[in-house]
Amino acid sequence: MPSSDYDLASLPDLLPLYYRRLFPFSQYYRWLNYGGVQKNYFQNREFSFTLKDDIYVRYQSFTTQTELEKEMHKMNPYKIDIGAVYSHRPNQHNTVKSGTFQALEKELVFDIDMTDYDDVRSCCSAADICSKCWTLMTIAIRILDRALRDDFGFQHLLWVYSGRRGVHCWVCDEAARKLSVAARSAVAEYLSLVKGGEETLKKVVLTDPIHPFIKESLAVVEDYFPQYALQAQDIFGRKESVEKVLTLVPDDVRRELQQLFEKEKKPENRWELVKDQATKKQATGKKGQHFEKEIMLQYCYPRLDVNVSKGVNHLLKSPFSVHPKTGRISVPMDINRLETFDPFAVPTISLICEELDRPRTGEEDIKENEKDAAEKRKIRDYKRTSLAKYVKYFDQFLDGMASSWKGELLRKSDLQKEF
Amino acid sequence: MLFSGGRRKKHIANPQTDLYAHALQFYGQPPLENISLSEFETFAVDRLKLLKTVENLGVSYVKLSEQYTKKLENESKNLNFPHRLDIDDRKSQNAPNEYEKRRKDYISHFILRLAYCQTEDLRRWFIQQEVDLFRYRFSDLQPKQKLEFLHRNNLQYDTISIEEKKTLLDKLVNSSYGVSGITVEDQDFYKVPFQDALDLVRTRKVYLKAGYVYIPHQDIVTIVLNDFRTRLSKALALTARSLPAVHSDERLQPLLNHLSHAYVGQDYSIQKNVGKISLEQIDSLSGKSFPLCMRQLHQALRENHHLRHGGRMQYGLFLKGIGLSLEQALQFWRSEFIRGKVDADKFDKAYAYSIRHMFGKEGKRADYTPYSCMKVILSNPPSQGDHHGCPFRHSDPELLKQKLQFYKVPPSGISQIMELVKGMHYQLACQKYFELTHNIDDGSFSLNHPNQYFIESQKALGGGKDLKKEMDMSQRSQENSAARRPAAAREAAANTSQDLVEMTEDLDSFFQDG
Repeated sequence: MPSSDYDLASLPDLLPLYYRRLFPFSQYYRWLNYGGVQKNYFQNREFSFTLKDDIYVRYQSFTTQTELEKEMHKMNPYKIDIGAVYSHRPNQHNTVKSGTFQALEKELVFDIDMTDYDDVRSCCSAADICSKCWTLMTIAIRILDRALRDDFGFQHLLWVYSGRRGVHCWVCDEAARKLSVAARSAVAEYLSLVKGGEETLKKVVLTDPIHPFIKESLAVVEDYFPQYALQAQDIFGRKESVEKVLTLVPDDVRRELQQLFEKEKKPENRWELVKDQATKKQATGKKGQHFEKEIMLQYCYPRLDVNVSKGVNHLLKSPFSVHPKTGRISVPMDINRLETFDPFAVPTISLICEELDRPRTGEEDIKENEKDAAEKRKIRDYKRTSLAKYVKYFDQFLDGMASSWKGELLRKSDLQKEF
Repeated sequence: MLFSGGRRKKHIANPQTDLYAHALQFYGQPPLENISLSEFETFAVDRLKLLKTVENLGVSYVKLSEQYTKKLENESKNLNFPHRLDIDDRKSQNAPNEYEKRRKDYISHFILRLAYCQTEDLRRWFIQQEVDLFRYRFSDLQPKQKLEFLHRNNLQYDTISIEEKKTLLDKLVNSSYGVSGITVEDQDFYKVPFQDALDLVRTRKVYLKAGYVYIPHQDIVTIVLNDFRTRLSKALALTARSLPAVHSDERLQPLLNHLSHAYVGQDYSIQKNVGKISLEQIDSLSGKSFPLCMRQLHQALRENHHLRHGGRMQYGLFLKGIGLSLEQALQFWRSEFIRGKVDADKFDKAYAYSIRHMFGKEGKRADYTPYSCMKVILSNPPSQGDHHGCPFRHSDPELLKQKLQFYKVPPSGISQIMELVKGMHYQLACQKYFELTHNIDDGSFSLNHPNQYFIESQKALGGGKDLKKEMDMSQRSQENSAARRPAAAREAAANTSQDLVEMTEDLDSFFQDG
């Protein structure tokens, strides 16, 4: 795979090419301008650039798409972060009276990072991922996407691969962008089931009655659990991992299961035994005996970095930014094709720059090239690379959003006509 | 509010009985009568005591549990605030005693608004305690009185139809607390945007669909509280704007300032003992005099040569509080981090900034104060990879037990501690741990801050006596001078200032005990 050719040292050479010919500026601006419904929405947005040698430049802001393009061509940032929409232009934040410069709005964001699952995956640890543990991200997206749509009523959810070991979600609905800090943290806590740090072993505790949200989430986990946990991670295989699972059940059940496991080695059957025990316990009528569900959730339920979601002014890596360590582009994910999304197939900057250099094929170029403006060529440049399908999906997402503010704009222009 | 010597137009003092017709109110209109300075003071101090009790009880008990309500009722009674609101309003309002109580409740609320509107932090604290107090009072009302209250304050919420109830029956039963099929039929369900019932959303105690929550009538307190909170928050913002006028009154300004300082008690931010501790001492001190939370962080740091952000903040500020200088702190963290995966270059780029930040040398240059127990217990709970938090609150009981055994706490002591943990008395559990590890039977202090633990430990071990005295002295003298300075500027105010100093000392001793 050519994408493995990426080398950090080549980044300074590739970034100018990427920003000049491939970065989808017009879509990017279209997104953050939100149809121009609110004045100065793009102008007051904070961008933050990470330059070579981890030099961090905060509070960048731009009045137009052209200004943004110019600055990016000049700076060639290693990484781009997006912050809040402020009360004033962020690049002038030092000129306004302190205390008046305030973060007003931002997309509701979620950050799911594979490192947070280290205690429940045996295949990799820290920043490493593989196709086995990637299932965790698929589960996470399915659970959160459903809840954010059905429970909270949001519609415009942009899921983005971070470029390395996680995914981000940008909830772009107007109502979501206007949420207070308290509301953001309440949403994040509603969605958090796995709680506790290194000093907590049992991180999921269910109480009766089981909330519809948890039931829905469990239904998703159940789809994946046998294949993912029992097969791929083999949690009932090695002795230590079996013990780890058994710390999550009540003492008497643990002893019984330990005996039963002596004779039964097959993971699927062992899991059946756990479930049998749970059914038995629940039949006794005692409340709060949901250990089989708690196990499933502890091993598979999405682990959110709540602090990222809480803060209005928190920065998050921008879509289409390059991940400096892997070279992969942070691309939007089509959640209708979630199951087939492969993080290792996401193009690296080296790959798409190389694709750009390949000789053009076919006559279409010759025909259209005649009336080609530079601008037009740029639009088509990315189409010749593996980035194309991700930009196309981004376009679809933006179209969906545009229809939501059409009504708003019409209403406004109607108002104006009356004068 | 009208202060004697009034700048504002005097209103004719209408018999304000109407205002106090009900024990519970939204505090819509500020009081207009004249009150004496001494009444002003006592009212304010008493309400602050009440709110402080509300805060402490909220940490030690489940809100609205039997003990919680009982203690709060007692405190209300002692401080002469309205209590037992279930007595018939009309009858009791005529009792002269009850009238006084309600008046005190009403006026004192507005005085504290003045003291607590100044900063974001103060506002947050004040709103939280007032909301909790309101919750307690509202829940104490009879169902009929609740309806009356809603009616009187014009609070109307959309209810769902019987058909909708039927289709959602299962979901409603499984999502709301203590609701069964029958009670669903019997009571109204309100449908409001989820933003208006965040407490229920956060704890998943309500059914949520397409952005709306379905709240059973029994939980209506949530929406009412949300209303109360929003109004209070707006009112405080307004009050803050008119504050300059109040501040020009030299009789009130020092008092208000002191009132607002009192809410945290000592904040352990003043470092007269900077440089009294050498880095070599930290290992041994962590075993002897660090509270469990800091000992745990220290150990994790030594083992992993790394701590995540939450841990660095909690531990870093604690170390700052016990007297590490910025230079020492940088050296301490760097030497540990570079033994792990971080090289010196990366440390200087990625971590040194945040340490200088802690010491107020970067960013908005705020001099951050060490976290109190309350903050450690309530905010930012640890998640995967974290070692911060309160070990009594955030550890599995089994692990905590093992740890205590490892630290040689006698078995009888461990079971006492575990009992306290079970009852959610985390600070008391920590205090018990202190007593057991320092061989003291009855602690002469009440623990509410990790740095206080450290100072008390040093005192008990005989090592830190001078250190402690010095700190107290400096703090006291600072506060007194702060209270005196503006007052001393004018001779006319000298007497008030004298009273103030006395009163503020009372306050100090109160909050150090409490």
